[in-house]
Amino acid sequence: MPRRNDIHRIMIVGSGPIVIGQACEFDYSGTQACKALRGDGYEVVLINSNPATIMTDPEMANSTYVEPLTLEYAEEVIRKERPDALLSTVGGQTGLNLAVELAEAGILDKYGVELIGAKLEAIKKAEDRLLFKDAMRKVGLDVPRSVLVNNVEDGVAFAERTGYPVILRPSFTLGGSGGGIAYNLEELREILEKGLELSPVHEVLIEESVLGWKEFELEVMRDLADNAIVICSIENFDPMGVHTGDSITVAPAQTLTDREYQMMRDAALACLREIGVDTGGSNVQFAIHPDDGRMVIIEMNPRVSRSSALASKATGFPIAKIAAKLAVGYRLDEIKNDITRKTPACFEPTLDYVVVKIPRWQFEKFPGTEPVLGTQMKSVGEVMAIGRTFQQALAKGMRSLESGKSSDADELDEALIPKRLITPNPERLKYIRFAFEKGRTVDEVFEMTSIDRWFLTQVKEAVELEKELAQESLESADKRRLSQAKRAGVSDRRLARLWKCDPLAVRRKRLEMGVRAVFNRVDTCAAEFESFTPYLYSSYETECEADPSGRKKVMILGSGPNRIGQGIEFDYACCHASFALQDFGYESIMVNCNPETVSTDYDTSDRLYFEPLTLEEVLNIYDTEKPDGVIIQFGGQTPLTLALPLKRAGVPIIGTDPENIDLAEDRKLFGKLLEDLQIPTPPNGSATSMEAACEVAARIGYPVLVRPSYVLGGRAMVIAYDEDTVRRYMREAVVFSQERPVLIDRFLEDALEVDVDALSDGEDVLIAGIMEHIEEAGVHSGDSSCVLPAISIAEKELETVKEYTTKLARALNVVGLMNVQYAIKDGVVYVLEVNPRASRTVPYVSKATGVPLPKLAVGLMLGKKLKELAELAHGMSSGVLPVPQFFVKSPVFPFHKFPGVDPALGPEMRSTGEVMGVGENFGEAFAKAQLSAGAPLPDKGRIFISVNDRHKPEAVRIARQMAEFGFELVATRGTAAALAAAGIPHKRVFKVNEGRPNVVDLIKGGQAHLIIYTSAGATSFSDEQAIRRTAVFYRVPCITTMSAARAAAEAVASRRRDPIRIWSLQQIHESEPTVA
Amino acid sequence: MKKALLALEDGTVFEGKGFGASGERGGEVVFNTAITGYQEIFTDPSYAGQIVVLTNPQIGNYGANSADPEAGRPYIEGLVVRDLSPIASNWRSEETAEAFLARSGIPIASEIDTRALVRRIRIHGAMRGVLSTECDDPQKLVEKARSIPPMAGQELATKVSARERYVWEEPVRPCSPSERVPPPAPPERHVVAFDFGIKRNILRRLVHAGCRVTVVPAATRAEEVLALEPDGIFLSNGPGDPEPLEGPAAEVRKLIGKRPMFGICLGHQVLALALGGKTFKLKFGHRGANHPVLHYERNVVEITSQNHGFAVDPDSLNANEIDLTHINLNDQTLEGFRHRSHPLLCVQYHPEAAPGPHDSRYLFDDFIRLIDEWRGARA
Repeated sequence: MPRRNDIHRIMIVGSGPIVIGQACEFDYSGTQACKALRGDGYEVVLINSNPATIMTDPEMANSTYVEPLTLEYAEEVIRKERPDALLSTVGGQTGLNLAVELAEAGILDKYGVELIGAKLEAIKKAEDRLLFKDAMRKVGLDVPRSVLVNNVEDGVAFAERTGYPVILRPSFTLGGSGGGIAYNLEELREILEKGLELSPVHEVLIEESVLGWKEFELEVMRDLADNAIVICSIENFDPMGVHTGDSITVAPAQTLTDREYQMMRDAALACLREIGVDTGGSNVQFAIHPDDGRMVIIEMNPRVSRSSALASKATGFPIAKIAAKLAVGYRLDEIKNDITRKTPACFEPTLDYVVVKIPRWQFEKFPGTEPVLGTQMKSVGEVMAIGRTFQQALAKGMRSLESGKSSDADELDEALIPKRLITPNPERLKYIRFAFEKGRTVDEVFEMTSIDRWFLTQVKEAVELEKELAQESLESADKRRLSQAKRAGVSDRRLARLWKCDPLAVRRKRLEMGVRAVFNRVDTCAAEFESFTPYLYSSYETECEADPSGRKKVMILGSGPNRIGQGIEFDYACCHASFALQDFGYESIMVNCNPETVSTDYDTSDRLYFEPLTLEEVLNIYDTEKPDGVIIQFGGQTPLTLALPLKRAGVPIIGTDPENIDLAEDRKLFGKLLEDLQIPTPPNGSATSMEAACEVAARIGYPVLVRPSYVLGGRAMVIAYDEDTVRRYMREAVVFSQERPVLIDRFLEDALEVDVDALSDGEDVLIAGIMEHIEEAGVHSGDSSCVLPAISIAEKELETVKEYTTKLARALNVVGLMNVQYAIKDGVVYVLEVNPRASRTVPYVSKATGVPLPKLAVGLMLGKKLKELAELAHGMSSGVLPVPQFFVKSPVFPFHKFPGVDPALGPEMRSTGEVMGVGENFGEAFAKAQLSAGAPLPDKGRIFISVNDRHKPEAVRIARQMAEFGFELVATRGTAAALAAAGIPHKRVFKVNEGRPNVVDLIKGGQAHLIIYTSAGATSFSDEQAIRRTAVFYRVPCITTMSAARAAAEAVASRRRDPIRIWSLQQIHESEPTVA
Repeated sequence: MKKALLALEDGTVFEGKGFGASGERGGEVVFNTAITGYQEIFTDPSYAGQIVVLTNPQIGNYGANSADPEAGRPYIEGLVVRDLSPIASNWRSEETAEAFLARSGIPIASEIDTRALVRRIRIHGAMRGVLSTECDDPQKLVEKARSIPPMAGQELATKVSARERYVWEEPVRPCSPSERVPPPAPPERHVVAFDFGIKRNILRRLVHAGCRVTVVPAATRAEEVLALEPDGIFLSNGPGDPEPLEGPAAEVRKLIGKRPMFGICLGHQVLALALGGKTFKLKFGHRGANHPVLHYERNVVEITSQNHGFAVDPDSLNANEIDLTHINLNDQTLEGFRHRSHPLLCVQYHPEAAPGPHDSRYLFDDFIRLIDEWRGARA
């Protein structure tokens, strides 16, 4: 059954912005699918609102639409492009849901589009909890027992039969509210009564609890000929009760005999067949009772998932790519295994190593939520590590996390051991280690965690080895000892701390003794066949399989785990760096540890090292590969912190000198430079003590912006209006800044903020984009919407921005990319920050201008001049790149995952992802961006306005416009008075602290469709918080700055005026698509 | 801690830690790439005369139990692993994997760079080797390895075969309350199984499919088999080189056409020899649970469990008599054939799995169908 020739044009739906639970793994899967289908001669039409993806690069598809993933925009794409088929399974839950919506709305039928990958019926069977259970029971598979009840007595009877605890889920309540876990009869009655009351249909699902059971996942694939295979088994370190995305997971499964594993395999394949996924990949989740082996099936995803990305990286089997090929008719045995070249893809990969995935959380960004883990995913990113043993992989994984803290630097409290072990939380692994250090036994820890004793024993062995190592010293440790430590995954840094010496001294000693890292290959077959793909991981085995080439080559350091402030945008830049190196005739070598990314796909670079981004591991690779250069400016902060140590170790860093990157971070040196260049900056100073900080703040005048040096994403950054705030901050910030001083700047209120990305070869400077922020200065640039081209900056100010950018690039001798942040207030342009490296906005600017910024940057780093590369940049080598339309980038926030957190924007970045809107006017682009970001602006309804006195004149102007559009206005006392004075019709409503019904009641009752609210200072703080929280919960767009209110007004105007229209990137930039 | 050395005939010596029994054992060093199922591998009589290297680095995690062994004792000469678990963690476990092997006097070398070892075997072919926890002289061990008789030409099947005839009646039993094992079919057919080193799961599968099984020693004569009045004849898996099994092959030749026959692994090779075919030694064999085999007729791929160092040369079989039914998609070697005029089918791989996937269970039903058709025709 070869390729289908009856379809020619295939539409792929992407997954949209990065959010918790849906990250760049779907860029990886979408990119693979695009490449596979293009490579096979199909035309690909893509829709995805996320510009920071490789899949939305114009080379990846024939027509690329960075447009909202909504029914109306998707229909418009279909109407315009007339695809023959729609591939539903590579765009995550978002892509799948949109495919279902299109099918159910009759749009696919209307335009004759066939759903390929998973059919509608299969999707519904897999996604509907009850249909799924019925289907599984039908094929004889066990599922958790459950019953739907509409009275308390039936519920009690069920619980008596199955035993406690039981899980309760009221039917049809918002966000699953009213549900819970009942551990006894009393709790059951309480939750059940409440749940029945809350449920509009007076119905609650009661389910047997599988908390504490062993948790497993199988990644399975099936083709049209019914060939079905398991790609990978995954066992969760954390048992049932913690979302898989928040669990440490291990591949392959470690604690199942073959009998049990095969039972699970049979069940997974039976499930796949019964659900009816006829082509592609799925994942099936199981729970096994640890005492009697009873196995229940929990759920299945009829699509490529986060776990498939992990499984692809863990095995070397490219699930999404193969899934795409199966969807167009190929059989598994017609596709070759890329790695072995001679064996078919129809086999089951076998592993001779262990893979560990560890999630990364950022609860510290969301004060007010308790850092505990449960069934809702909270992690923002993950790392994967490969080791020859579980211990080695776990240790590598832990250091890949870059938590910024060393494992023994934390203050762990012995009294907290039971609490930290019993309730899953981000610190649990650390506390398990600590418990063993304090002499707890495996059985004791098992009682508290239900984590399998095999895993616990491994952790305990590692702790014991460290205890033994602590008895040694750098001098006393012999080769055997060093080798033992390294084989168990202990880092040089850890050894250095145990032995109180320099990590490089440990390195020198072990190299002298011949204890050096070697590299093994990920080859899908445990070395049974020769591998042709250099996909490598380090170990301390006896034989190195790296087999480096003698070509000219450059190594790229990636950005590690996704986190807020350092996400997919940096991976995008790294991937492009790799593509560019290949175009310029260099071999590209990628180093990264994030399994969700395109950069860790084995065919993105010539060579892939799946390794932690630490000095030790990077030097190991450097020693093996001896590259001609190393690129550190694309991966965000992660590689930057390694830049100087690498340079000192003699590693040739190409592009801007690390010393100059460092200079831009050094307050004193940088201040001096700005002074010399006569570029204004807000008054500032730095401090290393609380007293000094207060003194500096008093001298430069409040409000001040306080932050530690060396941060990304505004971690631990605040605006202080008074000394108390500064004092409180200094007490808390020290943890993050360690020896580095705290920086204090005068905060420019109501200033306009501008982000500039530029390229420089040290002489010429090409400005790629001058992005105007829609939020005022003070909101982190990553959390502010911004627009290209600038819409309200005076020509004279733009000239100044150009002049300063050019001067700075030359002064810092920038070779490659540079990002500068400016604030404009009262006609004065201030420099806020300079980062001589790739910024978060690089993909967005590249998409808006049609110029591949990372490629140009790589050319510059390789020694070319802007003039030589001008053909890549519309013939330009200086000036500002033109933008053919309006492009708005908007952030996406995870607040609804952290109930109780104040969603007000500030200098600490909290968005996880971004979207882009394209339009012929600013309003249109902004409206689309807001729609894509999940905060669509209304075109009719009621607007609540409450602003401080300073903003009243502006608010009145906006209100008048909205009233003309037919909106009803509601305002609180002060604003209402201003509206009354201007003769604008409105209603009054109470403030929260005035009485009821107040604005919160209004939102809860669905009576407000847009909220415009600006802060009136500390006095109204609790009021504001209540409004913002309620708005987030009920998904009502909430605007907290006047500039955003102005933008919203324009967007609303566009929604009422402009038709639904779309442009492909290829059309916008009139480029001829080339095959990737 | 005991030291363990593994010396290969090519002079390579790997050093690791010794576990299990102390001692020195020699044999052909082979590797198996299955992720699960070490206990079944230890106890598969087809591993007689072999030191087994497991590519999964974490071995022993789930311990050992009394339900999973494929024979009454382990048959491997020695075990080589990357990391051996100090504990057994599984609800069915009764002892550690180490204790299980130690009871039968089998030494284990752990902390060996098994990947380097496997790469060596892949590149240079299976080699003779000696695993020792006693001798500290690598050179001496290399010499000993060189003095071991090579696997080619070795007849081991009769050595592991049952001495006496016995009856097997136990069906497959579920390993968990959630495993759906349909009840066994009534034992309406009598099958005589030649034991060349038979695995218990083959017997369980035959019983489950509706057979009463009489297991007979490898050297049983055709007349004796027919005297048992079987409805079908089964030829089992087993160790060693098939070619020296001229005696059993001659007896089998007499039985072809007389009764429906089914052969697995060595049984498949013996059938080929009986039909005038030839076998040859593979460079390093097929041992694992992930080998893709295409069933020509159904045009579907089965993921199979394999354990063989020799293979049948398809060109040596009479194309007028034989239909090739199965082929290995990794290296295109022959995986199964059937006779055009006689009721006879056989496969090189292991449809009974244990360890391995269950994709090929249908072969037991195919055998039952052959028997029933043959009985129907005779009636």
